[in-house]
Amino acid sequence: MTMQSVATDLGGANAPAGAVPGAARRAWARNGPAYLFLLPWLIGFFGLTLGPALASLYLSFTNYDLIRSPDWVGAANYVRIATADPKFAAAMKVTFLYVVLSVPLKLAFALLVAMAFNRGLKGLPVYRAIFYLPSLLGASVAIAVLWRQLFASDGLVNMVLWQLFGIEGPSWISNPNYSLYTLVILSVWQFGSPMIIFLAGLRQIPTDMYEAAEIDGASKARQFWKITLPLLTPVIFFNAVIQTIDAFKAFTPAFIISEGTGGPINSTLFYTLYLYQEAFGFFRMGYASALAWILVVIIAAFTAFSFLSAKYWVHYDD
Amino acid sequence: MATSIQLDRIVKAYGQHKVIHGIDLTIDPGEFAVFVGPSGCGKSTLLRMIAGLEEISGGELRIDGQRMNEVPASKRGIAMVFQSYALYPHMSVYKNLAFGLETAGMKRDEVRRRVESAADKLQIGPLLQRKPKALSGGQRQRVAIGRAIVREPKIFLFDEPLSNLDAELRVQMRVEIARLHQSLGNTMIYVTHDQVEAMTMADKIVVLKEGRIMQAGRPLDLYNDPANQFVAGFIGSPKMNFLKARLAEGDASRRTIEIAGRPIVLERPIEARAGEPLTFGVRPEHLAPGEARAGLGNGAVQLVEHLGGSTVIYTETPDGQPTTLLIGGQNAVRAGEQIPLGFDPAKAHVFGEDGRRV
Repeated sequence: MTMQSVATDLGGANAPAGAVPGAARRAWARNGPAYLFLLPWLIGFFGLTLGPALASLYLSFTNYDLIRSPDWVGAANYVRIATADPKFAAAMKVTFLYVVLSVPLKLAFALLVAMAFNRGLKGLPVYRAIFYLPSLLGASVAIAVLWRQLFASDGLVNMVLWQLFGIEGPSWISNPNYSLYTLVILSVWQFGSPMIIFLAGLRQIPTDMYEAAEIDGASKARQFWKITLPLLTPVIFFNAVIQTIDAFKAFTPAFIISEGTGGPINSTLFYTLYLYQEAFGFFRMGYASALAWILVVIIAAFTAFSFLSAKYWVHYDD
Repeated sequence: MATSIQLDRIVKAYGQHKVIHGIDLTIDPGEFAVFVGPSGCGKSTLLRMIAGLEEISGGELRIDGQRMNEVPASKRGIAMVFQSYALYPHMSVYKNLAFGLETAGMKRDEVRRRVESAADKLQIGPLLQRKPKALSGGQRQRVAIGRAIVREPKIFLFDEPLSNLDAELRVQMRVEIARLHQSLGNTMIYVTHDQVEAMTMADKIVVLKEGRIMQAGRPLDLYNDPANQFVAGFIGSPKMNFLKARLAEGDASRRTIEIAGRPIVLERPIEARAGEPLTFGVRPEHLAPGEARAGLGNGAVQLVEHLGGSTVIYTETPDGQPTTLLIGGQNAVRAGEQIPLGFDPAKAHVFGEDGRRV
């Protein structure tokens, strides 16, 4: 090995111009495998997430029908959404109602089941898996189809109502007064994921706090309100944020149950379903992109508000 | 008026597995009783049964003569200080102290009076608006004690309350708890695995092992007259020296034992079978380097610890049995030297094969 090649390999200050490829080779040798392993994620992030997101931001200021080139229209799509689109208002109303009803109900139910499990049930892992199952299946097309069968006019729900109480139930899915609530129930049924997180949170609360409260004479209800709930607020906060974002994005159940129409009378017209109709029903890609960005802003605003409000009601131990 | 506690053949079992085996014990009104023993001996379980946090599997617990087995924890007139303090992290110190009183539906003025009185007593007044996470270990401990005081209970229960504190703070809090007992005069039960805490605080020490009482009595009674080898070894620091011994043959008075081939004449006859392996016990502070009424021969000095006020000397007897001496003051002895191991036979103990004192 010559002195020059040594200097090149060391990449010293006095190394000749040939030192740069040497340094690059060493950097590649050091970091190359890491980049190779990261490559699938990098392709996914830039090619399938960030790229399309930025493209949709651009398209939201255009008219675009997938065939002709996008036509720049400035803020016209946003102006129309805000001023001349009654379906946007209807979709917003349905989506907010769904979020407001389904998230608290799902969290309350998940907490209830988690508390029951936290009492040291025998065979807990088996029950936990069984109760978690709907969360895995819940958003699937198959379950939405099943739900449609359950709540149809001749479905199982009405059969049970008739057999047990002699009540002739309506067609829950095709009645605009009830259709959204069947989707809320479907959402609550998928309580497994927040339940598992609640269960982990409950297990973190030291038992001696309950024992101290017991000695102080606190009833189970007072223990729940004064100890369990405040100490669980970090977990409640996490679950609330995640479930709310999920609820805003809900699509499959409404699509299957309403057969893509959002009916009856727009009663299940979720925001994402309306967005889908605009994009793939009417090929108004620019308009749909504007709708998508409004949803992004709403979710971001909600999340920011949640984090800002957390300091007033979420109790962190340290 | 202080309260008495009686445990009558108390048993705790988890399924078929017994952890407390029929304990009989009386704690007199105003007494400071300390349950002490190694980990797993059942001392905390026993305390929790008295508190009402563990179901009693058998026997009877009486407080002031009243059966308490089925009485809920909140109705037993007790307050408990937990090892982990069990402070509610989302509540201020004031709210922590007031929680039990508010739960009992006490009027706001009375709650405030009691909380402020306890805070004054424990010098935590300036901390009342802080959350527990903003307190030091010692301050948290005071708040935990304060939470017990405000309820004005008949009985205080302490479950290893000082084990999370550093050595200096532990000594300080030990003194404060002892003072608290003097000023309140309540019956207190204190659980610890630290025999020094037990010796310094207790009116009565209850030594437990594997769910059974090994001995209960005043600290110095346990120190001077341990009922068995376990208590002799557990009480006292450094630990009592135990050496292999046997009853000497041919001594009709049964007062002579042999240790490493040396005859030692004791002050009283030994109640042991001929040939039974015995254990001779003598405390490190009862051994002295020099001639005395009795001796174990010369000890080879292995290590010397100069503590300033005292000196600990680790030696080996001529037959290689480790023996420790604790000498008041400073001593110039060095490792490698030979020192005569003398002692007063009146302060020696002999234990039988099963550990009983003979």
